[in-house]
Amino acid sequence: MTGERIVAVTMPKWGLSMQLGKITGWIVAEGDEVSVGDELADIETDKIAGTLEAADAGTVRRLVARVGEDVPVSGTIALIAPADVSDADLDAAAAQARAVIDAGVPDEAAAGPEVQTAEVGGRRIRYAGAGQDGDVVLLVHGYGGDRNSWLFLHEPLAARHRVYALDLPGHGTSSKDVGDGSVDLLADAVLGVLDAVGVERAHLVGHSLGGAVAVAAAARHPERVHSLILIAPAGFGPEINAGYLRGFADAQTRRELKPVVGQLFADESLVTRQVVDDLLAYKRLDGVDVALRTLLGTLLAEGGDAQRIDSAAALAALGGAVPVTVVWGRADRIIPAGQAGSVAGAASYVIDGAGHMAHMERPAEVQAAIEETIAGR
Amino acid sequence: MARSITYREAINEALAQEMERDETVIVMGEDNAGGEGAPGDQDAWGGVLGVTKGLYHKFPGRVLDTPISESAFIGAAIGAATAGMRPVAELMFVDFMGVCFDQIYNQAAKFRYMFGGKAVTPVVIRTMYGAGLRAAAQHSQCLYPLFTHIPGLKVVLPATPYDAKGMMTQAIRDDDPVMFFEHKALYDLSGPVPEEGYTLPFGEANVVREGGDVTIVTLGRMVHTSLEAAGQLAADGVQCEVIDLRTTSPLDEDTVLESVEGTGRVVVVDEAHPRCSIATDISALVAQKAFGSLQAPIEMVTAPHTPVPFSNTLEDLYIPDAQRIANAVKTVTGWSR
Repeated sequence: MTGERIVAVTMPKWGLSMQLGKITGWIVAEGDEVSVGDELADIETDKIAGTLEAADAGTVRRLVARVGEDVPVSGTIALIAPADVSDADLDAAAAQARAVIDAGVPDEAAAGPEVQTAEVGGRRIRYAGAGQDGDVVLLVHGYGGDRNSWLFLHEPLAARHRVYALDLPGHGTSSKDVGDGSVDLLADAVLGVLDAVGVERAHLVGHSLGGAVAVAAAARHPERVHSLILIAPAGFGPEINAGYLRGFADAQTRRELKPVVGQLFADESLVTRQVVDDLLAYKRLDGVDVALRTLLGTLLAEGGDAQRIDSAAALAALGGAVPVTVVWGRADRIIPAGQAGSVAGAASYVIDGAGHMAHMERPAEVQAAIEETIAGR
Repeated sequence: MARSITYREAINEALAQEMERDETVIVMGEDNAGGEGAPGDQDAWGGVLGVTKGLYHKFPGRVLDTPISESAFIGAAIGAATAGMRPVAELMFVDFMGVCFDQIYNQAAKFRYMFGGKAVTPVVIRTMYGAGLRAAAQHSQCLYPLFTHIPGLKVVLPATPYDAKGMMTQAIRDDDPVMFFEHKALYDLSGPVPEEGYTLPFGEANVVREGGDVTIVTLGRMVHTSLEAAGQLAADGVQCEVIDLRTTSPLDEDTVLESVEGTGRVVVVDEAHPRCSIATDISALVAQKAFGSLQAPIEMVTAPHTPVPFSNTLEDLYIPDAQRIANAVKTVTGWSR
């Protein structure tokens, strides 16, 4: 069957609310050989611009989607197949894909995912889920982030797992009160979401401060954690870019905020006007200023520029009860990638060309690390 | 920020949340309730277009229904502000400002200055402006240039539900008198708005579309008309940067100048009359401070220097539309010495 040897390249779903994407430029041409991870096309949504990487290797035989047209999520945009698949078979597959693009977004998809609310310790915690089957994965963002920072990973992971992402207290659409701002208080929200969705045990994926929060949750309830996947986690060494943290908390305007946010990425061109505007809109919500300043006191030692959180000690106390994977962008300018070596007993992935936001800059590689960890449990 | 509400609901929500948060916030205006002695539901109106609907019962004693006497209740609001309250007065149509103008430009605007900074006047005056509702010459004017002329007043014109809520919240918390302009034609516009309170600082323009060929500087309802024109022009390969000034006092000069320095071409779009207006103000700013960057004369797209016509046909011609904006953009891109 030649049909099974044709692989469809589809419009990705970057963020749970994405329904349409637009190809702004093809990086490959028909006839090109591609390997896994090669860049295929530049894609733009109403929220963000990014580059689609190949998930399969082979020869690009047909480019189906035209530059500039709207394509529904999961619509086929190109076909990859070996040289011996006939042109007739490819044309038939391309015509089928063309019909899907022309049909537009199906009505049932327009409703979008449901954001849910859990009540934890008197605080409103918002979370969103995707995926039906498999292990449960809970994504925990970092300082100043929210559940949308997982936009390149949430849906791809949901193909094989039940994946939830939450807004920590003080962030996103959750209550802005962070109490004493302790890592334990934030970990309560993580455990509270697991309770709310009726899940006994999950893989916790935590980024930066969210990594420290995931470790704290595991330290208290190791029986509820299948594995810990820590992306540039806080608490594994003294060094941290205190200038970034204070700059983020202090910035009042887009002129002040943009250069600060640029430090998060290896490639600062990813910091679009929309990214900065969304962060400013968050920072201007009532209560966020106090939340960010309180959490600054959690992250930084009093009167200094060193990290205050000690995730290494919490992990050591677990005594290997939970498998740990650590992922770090080699070009991280917030917490140096060298601290990956301090995560005792962890499988370690250091990713080239990524900064602190490895899950946004190199999502395919971060996903591979998560999938390997889940498969290995 | 998934939730979507209208411009009208966004203003209502800002008022409700600030009244909840601060008991000195009160609302005053005509048609807030059914009027003294009116039978049945006293909250039938919520203002002439229903913006304050529901607040009368929710905050007993704090939503005042006023007589049709602008000089009395605008004066009362300003006086209450100097005495520690944070009143939000609704002056229905900006066209009616004439009868209470002294209270605004010669009293409220002057207190902080004349009392050496010892007095503050945290009053918000909400008012409707703009043509398009077949309301004729005395209920359709834009008049914000009159208030922009006066030092001591802050003048704000939100174009979206998000901006409306954030700017109303800022206006209430601000210690200076704020003129808050609501375009009648925007009330039913929907858009994403956070549930909790938030403020937008005054004097920060919003780049609502990025582009490298021409800068369109605009405000209020014309932001949407300009975006429509920019969309059409993009199909012809002309990329417009559209700047929503959001506030005319204070004015974000930097965002305008930085954009013009990049594009070298500017079109100013303003629904107000063309003389002594925001269009002329921005044109003067650019000519004075970015002259060296200009590659073509500045174009202005405005209403004509006439009253707003009552005839539907003439009113439609009176209001700047996307075609006129696109023509102006083509004039500046096609200009040669």
